[in-house]
Amino acid sequence: MNDQDITAAEGFGKDAVRLDEGHVVGQGGIPDRFENPGLPPHVPRGADLSEAAAKRAEKQVAGLFTLSILGTVLFVLAYFLVDIRTMAYLPGIGDMSLQHVLLGVGMGLALLGIGLGAVHWAKTLMPDEEVVEMRHPMRSSDADRDEVVRIMKEEGGKAQLSRRPLLKYTLGGAMSLFALPVLLPVLGGLGPMPQKSMSLTFWNGGPSGPGEEPAFTPMRLMRDPENTAIKASDVTIGSVFHVLPEGLLDLEHGVLEEKAKAAVLLMRLDPSDIKSQKELDWGHQGIVAYSKICTHVGCPVGLYEQGTHHLLCPCHQSTFDVTDDCKVIFGPAKRPLPQLKITVDDEGYLVSAQPFREAVGPSFWERG
Amino acid sequence: MNALAARRRHPAAIAVLLLIGLFLMGAAYSAVAPRPAEAGVVSQDDVSEGKQLFQANCASCHGLNAEGRKTGSGDAIAGPTLAGVGAAAVDFQMSTGRMPMRAPTAQAPRSDTIKFSEEDIAKIGAYVASLAPGPAIPSEEMVDPTKGDPAKGGELFRVNCAMCHNSSGAGGALTRGKYAPSLMDVAPKDIYMAMETGPQSMPVFNDTNLDSTAKRDIIAFLKSVEEGGNPGGLSLGRLGPVTEGMFAWIFGLGLLVGIAVWLGKKAA
Repeated sequence: MNDQDITAAEGFGKDAVRLDEGHVVGQGGIPDRFENPGLPPHVPRGADLSEAAAKRAEKQVAGLFTLSILGTVLFVLAYFLVDIRTMAYLPGIGDMSLQHVLLGVGMGLALLGIGLGAVHWAKTLMPDEEVVEMRHPMRSSDADRDEVVRIMKEEGGKAQLSRRPLLKYTLGGAMSLFALPVLLPVLGGLGPMPQKSMSLTFWNGGPSGPGEEPAFTPMRLMRDPENTAIKASDVTIGSVFHVLPEGLLDLEHGVLEEKAKAAVLLMRLDPSDIKSQKELDWGHQGIVAYSKICTHVGCPVGLYEQGTHHLLCPCHQSTFDVTDDCKVIFGPAKRPLPQLKITVDDEGYLVSAQPFREAVGPSFWERG
Repeated sequence: MNALAARRRHPAAIAVLLLIGLFLMGAAYSAVAPRPAEAGVVSQDDVSEGKQLFQANCASCHGLNAEGRKTGSGDAIAGPTLAGVGAAAVDFQMSTGRMPMRAPTAQAPRSDTIKFSEEDIAKIGAYVASLAPGPAIPSEEMVDPTKGDPAKGGELFRVNCAMCHNSSGAGGALTRGKYAPSLMDVAPKDIYMAMETGPQSMPVFNDTNLDSTAKRDIIAFLKSVEEGGNPGGLSLGRLGPVTEGMFAWIFGLGLLVGIAVWLGKKAA
């Protein structure tokens, strides 16, 4: 009698529950306690049964270990004998340093041979009988538990902690306050408060430490990295200059900190393309200077497209419209890029007319 | 008293002195004045032939007199004015196969099928250069990478170019379908002219921003990157952590999953 005959004879499927009937309690019942099915019967492996298979497995494992030895030898030989500048052609990759290939392959084989050999050994030859060690109860004996309670109550009571609450509260206070000396150096180790330095840039008149605000002096716009001044006539329409304030690159230290706030992008547009009157007024004949630090998270916004006058930030694709006061037209940035008001000095060089009117870069708590 | 001093009160002396002064001034100016590089000898015939070629092949977008079209209306396609772009822009756009554009799309891609002969490109360049002064085609020496300083060029490249073209010149994406192309396997002359003329979305880096020495340094840097090859193996497009991370996730983790499956299997 096969399975199908049984189901047909017992009318299997006659009481089947339809899908739209909701939950129906079955008639099989649930046992009070599921029996532990125990371990499945042990199935012996090929190597357990035949000595030939065991011998074969032994050879395989030994072969893998030998492969590892050969890999190490290859590594050492390549290290000493192959010149690092020798290039070799590898299909699919192209020319690359032969020594790099041999070192990599050698070390790969050395590690893989040990690993695979150990696993194969464990799987074929080491004992694989499943053994279960039952966990013993964790509970202490009743006598031990009672004794602990007695000690806490009777012996502990002799310390008079419950009779003298003043001791309890002052000890509690002392213990909790003691966390402060541990915490304070950690907080102090984060360095001085930034104070005004977050809102100031080098354009304010020099290095802007956490102290007082330096007095403003007009500064020439200098090319980065040549550190040469820029004449207004140098900037032709469609040009873009990467600009730093005069003196920043001459600093002895803190150049990167200052550069990270003071970097400016200088562009020249046809003045008739500029829609914002303020942008025209703060520029010079269509030459405009904007902070290069993105107002989103501070990446350098350097991708200027002279055809569309879009300024793109490479990190998160915030796009600013240079014709309309660098307003955000796409992406996660929330504020337009701050404009640096520029003018021309007696010798025709571009100079700053005032520092940035707002803090450059991403938002922060104290931002005014 | 010598003869010159005797005649210093002659009525013509002031005029002669002025003439000498003006001549010296002019000579000095012509010696030091920045002059646009000469683009070989251009004859009037070249210009008129160039104009005919231009009107037959370029005028549908750039206008019959290269005046350009602000916006495309009807079946007319927008194209910028070419007055003042110079022969360098024409040479760059046409000898890299960017122009004539195959379709009015966001990007004019570089192409290996160049539609015009070198002579025709030079003639159209001569015509466009005759409209208004513009940058000329650089000489061999100006673009010779062996004469540049790759270290200085690398510094300039990282400040001025790397944000769009990637720090190793592999190129990158711009807004709305545009992109900065890869700078690998680009002729030194074309790199120079691209900086000089600012094609498509690229800003202009004229000689007052990056002078010709700086441009040659940048070319030397790019060629040194090109020659350096990939001693470390697969470059994965030189795009940095994105492709490298993806490679590690797909192939590295795939391999580890396979090994984990094998580890869990019972030996036969």
